[in-house]
Amino acid sequence: MSTGFKATRQGVSVHLDAGEVSILRNLVTQVLGLVEPGSTGDDPLERALGIGSVAPPIDPVLARLFPSAYSDDEEASDEFRRYTEATLRDGKRADATTVLETAAPGRLELTAEQGQAWLRAINDIRLALGVRLEVTEAIHEEIAEMSEDDPRYPALVTYDWLTYLQDTLVRALW
Amino acid sequence: MGSTAPVEIERPASDVRPDVPWVTIVWNDPVNLMSYVTYVFQTVFGYPRSRAEKLMMDVHQTGKAVVANGTREEMERDVQILHSYGLWATVQRDS
Repeated sequence: MSTGFKATRQGVSVHLDAGEVSILRNLVTQVLGLVEPGSTGDDPLERALGIGSVAPPIDPVLARLFPSAYSDDEEASDEFRRYTEATLRDGKRADATTVLETAAPGRLELTAEQGQAWLRAINDIRLALGVRLEVTEAIHEEIAEMSEDDPRYPALVTYDWLTYLQDTLVRALW
Repeated sequence: MGSTAPVEIERPASDVRPDVPWVTIVWNDPVNLMSYVTYVFQTVFGYPRSRAEKLMMDVHQTGKAVVANGTREEMERDVQILHSYGLWATVQRDS
């Protein structure tokens, strides 16, 4: 298993094997599929300005990736979403694309900027997996005690590995 | 919040200016790492690490924390940036 990210003079580095890169690329591609370009209205001006949909997403993963900005004011929340969600989607797609363009087996050198994109992209994957797998704060301990025959086991081991990878990346960027 | 390095820190004193009526709130969730949340507070707000850690612990222990205050426009900008990092953040009028 990877030893995680380390700080370098120009950014961060990590050693990933082919299997790890494959898992990462697969998951990032899935997130990229979820985070489609924002659907804007038919008005060309609204499209150009990235003014998009109003309603909060029904899919709980998307609802977590694009949360409502007002917990107590639906109208204000819708208005905020209309003006910001397309930009947020573009940012998440750009981060995912950076990972896909740079992930390769072996020793990987990233600039600090690329490292930040990886950080956010790994977090998006963990948020998506976390919602789907209904993880709790005690997930690390749960996995340690879980039977390998448990249907959730493989996905949770991947989640745990991403947690480790992200934590080492934060510390390498600090 | 997921934990990899538990730290014991006192509850923060007031972290906000009292004269501005809107606040940005960050809510606890089981996925975002304690280290990551601290890092994001430092990166987004330019807070020193000690203050960022105090705010992170406040979110972790009480379920939410006010992380910034200012005008409504400023708070909406903060929330948008925090959402880009995957934090669960909301805006509201200071009560």
